[in-house]
Amino acid sequence: MIPVCRIENLPEGESMRVEAGDATATIAVFHTDGAFYAIDDTCSHQDASLSEGWLEGCYVECPLHAALFDLRSGEPTCLPARKPVRTHAVTVVDGMLYVHPAVRTVPGEPVHAAPEEAVA
Amino acid sequence: MTTLTTVTVVGASLAGLHAARGLRSLGYDGRLVVVGEERHRPYDRPPLSKEFLTGDCDPGEGPGRLALTDPEEEAELDAEWLLGVPAEALDTAAGEIRLAGGRALRTDGVVIATGATPRTLPLPRLDGVHTLRTLDDATRLRAALRADAARVVVIGAGFIGAEVASSCAALGLDVTVVEAAPLPLVPQLGEEMARVCAGLHARGGATLLCGTGVEGWRGSGRVTGVELTDGRVLPADVVVVGVGVRPVTGWLEGSGLALDDGVRCDAGCVTALPNVVAVGDVARLAQPGTARTVRAEHWTSGMLQGAVAARNLLAGSTVEPFEALPYFWSDQYGARIQYAGRRAPGDTVRILEGDPADGGGFLAVYERGGISTAALGVDRPRPFMRLRRELARAPQPAGR
Ligand SMILES: Cc1cc2nc3c(=O)[nH]c(=O)nc-3n(C[C@H](O)[C@H](O)[C@H](O)COP(=O)(O)OP(=O)(O)OC[C@H]3O[C@@H](n4cnc5c(N)ncnc54)[C@H](O)[C@@H]3O)c2cc1C
Ligand code: FES
Repeated sequence: MIPVCRIENLPEGESMRVEAGDATATIAVFHTDGAFYAIDDTCSHQDASLSEGWLEGCYVECPLHAALFDLRSGEPTCLPARKPVRTHAVTVVDGMLYVHPAVRTVPGEPVHAAPEEAVA
Repeated sequence: MTTLTTVTVVGASLAGLHAARGLRSLGYDGRLVVVGEERHRPYDRPPLSKEFLTGDCDPGEGPGRLALTDPEEEAELDAEWLLGVPAEALDTAAGEIRLAGGRALRTDGVVIATGATPRTLPLPRLDGVHTLRTLDDATRLRAALRADAARVVVIGAGFIGAEVASSCAALGLDVTVVEAAPLPLVPQLGEEMARVCAGLHARGGATLLCGTGVEGWRGSGRVTGVELTDGRVLPADVVVVGVGVRPVTGWLEGSGLALDDGVRCDAGCVTALPNVVAVGDVARLAQPGTARTVRAEHWTSGMLQGAVAARNLLAGSTVEPFEALPYFWSDQYGARIQYAGRRAPGDTVRILEGDPADGGGFLAVYERGGISTAALGVDRPRPFMRLRRELARAPQPAGR
C-alpha cells in the first residue's frame, strides 16, 4: 500500500504519478468523474506517461498517439494501443489516498472521494 | 457500390496494415492479400532512430518489440502475406498486380501503401555511409555505431537527422550535423521556433554546421571523412544521410494513375479509379476548398488514412474525407517535440507556457489574424494536447 496524497490535494480532473517501488512500474492516479482510479503510468503502446494524458469521463487519452484507455478496466478503446494497462486498487482512509500496486480493481466499483464510501 | 472479392494491399507497413484492419473491421470478408517488399511483418519505424539505436538489449532478428501485429491479430485479419516480394507493376485494365519473379495477382481492389524511400546524394556508394528507413537499415547502423565508430557525421538536420544525431550523442559518440540551409526545419516550424529546436543540438553535445553542402566523401572502399562545399573536411567513421524521402511510385509508372510526388487522390484517399486508394507517405491528397494537395510523412496520418481509405474503397467513392489535423512528434536530446496544425509563412508565434530561451519545455501557438493555426510543444504533453484538440475544432483561416 502506497500513500499518494490527501484527497484535497488531488482535485477532480487532476492526476498524479507515484513510484510504486522497485519491482512494480510507475502508477498514475486520477481523480475524475467523482472517483479515484489508478493504472500503470506507461502507455501500453509506447513510452508516454498516461498521468500527462487528457481526462474525459472515465477515460484517459495518451498524450503521444491518442490511444484512449478506460480507467476502470485499463482496456484501450482505440488504436494504436492494443494491450491493456494494469489497474490498481485505491482506497481512501481518513482523507488519505492510497494505491495498492498489483491489486486489480473490480470494474464497476470506483472509489469515491467521500471518505465514508471508501473500501478497505 | 461495387462488391469487391479480392483486395490487395501493396506495402506491408503502418498505413497498409491500418487499411487492412479498416477493411476487416468494416465487414469486408473477401480475399485480402498483403504484398510487402521487406521480409518483415509490419513494424513501427519511429523507434528506429530513437530507442532502437540507443537501447542496450539485443534487437534480435525480426521486428520483436517493434512489431505492429501479433499472431492473434494476424489470425483475425485472415490475410495472405506475400513478404519479401516487391510489386513491379499495376495493370488497372487487366485488374492485375505483377510481382517480382513474374507472378501476377488478380485483384479488384487495390490499396497503395508503398511509403517513401530515403533520398540519396549523387555520390559514389562507400561502406560506412548509411540511410535510415527500414529495420534492416537500422540494424546495420546500430551495429556500425557499436563497432568502433568514434566520429559520426549526419547529413541533414531534419527530424530524422536530428534524432539520429541525438541517439549517437547519447551513445557517447562525437557527432557533427551538416545542414545545407542556413537553419534547419524552417519550412516546418518557421524561423523563430526552428532556431529554438536547432539549439537542442548544442545542448545535447552535437555540433551543427549550417549553410554548407557536401562536396564528396573521403576514403576508398570505406568512408573516412566528408568534404564540405566550404572546403572543410570532417573526419568520420560513420556517415548517416538524412536528406528527406521521396514517395515510392516507380512501380506505378504506366498504370495510368496520376503521379506527382506521390499518388494523386481525392480528399478521401481515392484515386481516379474508385477501386484504387492510396494511403500514408505515398499518398498525395486533394485539400478541400483549395487548389492545393498535401502529402504527409507523419505516423499518425498513415495510421488514420488507412481507416478512411478502407471505408471509401468499400463504399465505391469518397463518403468520408480525411480531415485529421496534421500531427507529429519527435524525440531529440531528451526533449519531446510535438507539433499539430498547419502553419504558413508569416504566422506569428506566441509563447503560452515556459520560456524557449531558458532551455526547458514550452508551449507555443502559431497565429494568423487572431486565429490559431498550429501548436508546438516541447515537453508539455498535457497542455499541448489541450491545444491540439482546440485546433482540431476551431475554424481555420480561409484557404488552409
Ligand atoms: C527512422 C524513422 C523515424 C520516424 N519517426 C517519426 C516520428 O517520430 N514521428 C512521426 O510522426 N513520424 C515518424 N516517422 C515517419 C513514419 O514512420 C511514417 O510516416 C510511416 O512509417 C509511414 O507509413 P507508410 O505505411 O505510409 O510507409 P512505410 O512505413 O514507408 O511503408 C511502406 C512499405 O511499403 C514497402 N514497399 C515499397 N515499395 C513496395 C513495392 N513495390 N511492393 C511491395 N512493398 C513495397 C516498403 O518496403 C515498406 O515496408 C519516422 C520514420 C522513420 C523512417
Ligand atoms: S504511446 Fe500511448 S498511444 Fe502511443
